[in-house]
Amino acid sequence: MTLRRAVFIAGIVVLCAWTLVPIYLIGLGAVGGRTVVNSWPKPFLPPADLSFATMREFLDIAGVWSSALYSVEAAVLCMAFSILLGVPAGYALARFVFAGATAYRLLVLLTRAFPVAILALPLTVGFIRLGLYDTPLGVSLMHTALALPFAVLVSASLFQAVPRELEEAAWVFGCSPPGAFLRVVLPLALPGIAATAIFAFVISWNEVFAASVLTVRHKTLTAYLLSVLSESPLHVQFAGGLVLIIPSVLFIFLVRKGLFSMWGIANR
Amino acid sequence: MAEIVIDNVTKTFGSFVALTRVDLHVADGEFLALLGPSGCGKTTLLRIIAGLETQSSGNVKIGGRDVSALPPRKRGLAMVFQNYAVFPHMTVRENVGFGLRMGGADAARIERQTARVAALLHIEPNLDRYPAQLSGGQRQRVAVARALAIEPAVLLMDEPLSNLDALLRLEMRAELKSVLREAGTTTIYVTHDQTEAMGLADRIAVLHAGRIQQVGPPAEVYASPATTFVGGFVGSPPMNFLTLPVENGRVRLGALTLMSPRGSEGQIVLGIRPEDLAPAEAAEGFAFTLRVAEPLGSHIMLTGDTAGGQRLRVMVPPETPVHVGATMHLRPRRGRMVWMDPASGAAIGRREAGNLGTEAAGS
Repeated sequence: MTLRRAVFIAGIVVLCAWTLVPIYLIGLGAVGGRTVVNSWPKPFLPPADLSFATMREFLDIAGVWSSALYSVEAAVLCMAFSILLGVPAGYALARFVFAGATAYRLLVLLTRAFPVAILALPLTVGFIRLGLYDTPLGVSLMHTALALPFAVLVSASLFQAVPRELEEAAWVFGCSPPGAFLRVVLPLALPGIAATAIFAFVISWNEVFAASVLTVRHKTLTAYLLSVLSESPLHVQFAGGLVLIIPSVLFIFLVRKGLFSMWGIANR
Repeated sequence: MAEIVIDNVTKTFGSFVALTRVDLHVADGEFLALLGPSGCGKTTLLRIIAGLETQSSGNVKIGGRDVSALPPRKRGLAMVFQNYAVFPHMTVRENVGFGLRMGGADAARIERQTARVAALLHIEPNLDRYPAQLSGGQRQRVAVARALAIEPAVLLMDEPLSNLDALLRLEMRAELKSVLREAGTTTIYVTHDQTEAMGLADRIAVLHAGRIQQVGPPAEVYASPATTFVGGFVGSPPMNFLTLPVENGRVRLGALTLMSPRGSEGQIVLGIRPEDLAPAEAAEGFAFTLRVAEPLGSHIMLTGDTAGGQRLRVMVPPETPVHVGATMHLRPRRGRMVWMDPASGAAIGRREAGNLGTEAAGS
């Protein structure tokens, strides 16, 4: 029994370390300056003269702020598209019986099966023709394609968790079908939908390959840093990494409960 | 006026036939129980009346208005669901007032009605709590209050008590009956529990395999079942059925000679309730070999064999001397026997002035 417990705890420690140690090292490099980045072994705690000089140095790089803005723009659009397209699709999957529902469920995931690297060239050509190339809108469309499968499947499981009888009760007590959706189903699914939205935001915020390929001058933060930081000193790269990680970690931490429904575990 | 007329309703799901040409007439203010085993189509019928399911053919009229093609909200009814379906994101007060709010009632009326039904169902202390903070029984009361608040012409209930524990169910049953009697609402109540149906309803409609077997007052359905299915399903323990040969219009049962219904030949099924059999002298009864005796307090239930090994259950007074393994003699009470056709299971001569089969005892 104690052995099982020890293995269990060891597993948890390993999994936590797997996630936390890289984040910790990046943070250490970002605030420690040149000396910490190049020293070995690493100090366990940040140096006493904890300085944000490196961070400031990073944020002063020309174009960081504007590309951050493009990133936000693309991520917000991606979030909006994913919800507007994914939630109705999820509702249909959860409630309606239609031919090919199961196939559709798989097909939705299949959009993730094609590597962006293969799609990059035709997409670039297509986007140039449509005038979407090098715009945050174009990037957000690509990111929506990546985030949509999650949006569809998560919202489907959210709606499945809302008992059908609640909706039927709303119909019986005077609601039209859209009214019942707005008054009963949506409020119950809302926390999960908010989580899905933020997840879509994070997917877009973190995505680097498609963003690099589809933009030239209006690069999102990840794409911009990829091109700029390769020529920067190591500690500035760490600072850039930290700036990228923080929003994602914060958001995911905020919505972690809602995202559990992705695995079909009821979140209430 | 809200009488319900169900006219020739059939429902199929693919190749599965859930309901076959169902006709049912529920009078205004009547309490009708739809009784049947699970899968018999009773819930499907209720959902068709509510408009949550569409009939494959036939009509539903409520208060003289054909509602067959109307959505649920335009049918003027309320429903209590099996799992209550109380909205979890609304307080009890909002739940109870939901139907009125949707119907565009003004705030004063909503408040008045909410207070009235809350008092009726004893949920005033919980009005500002959320359903998650309530017990199953309290949620059940909220569901009933929500339905009664809109003063519906028709109230549909789908096994509303089946999720409650036995004691609470008994208590709610009595309460429902008095509350609904007061409201005077036409009620259709779906249940698979025959004691619930017997205790609550003005009339019972027994469904089996998508067909209505019998409609009538509880006492009549109990005393003269239309089919062997009804006899076996209504009443606990179920009715006994003995298959007996017919000779020259007579059936011999031990020392008894019974007149079988006119025209019967070959074999016939005799139906008799366990409590309608009484111990008798050998010359006045038929032999019964006792296998098991279960003293149940108010009576003893005997299980054994008779007439060539056919199973028979008998309920006798608690003071009756019984010897397991011994043979005793039984005699049916007058006028309590039902004749059934062995092939179709349908009762024979049931409607003859309440006199169930002619009976003549003799040696």
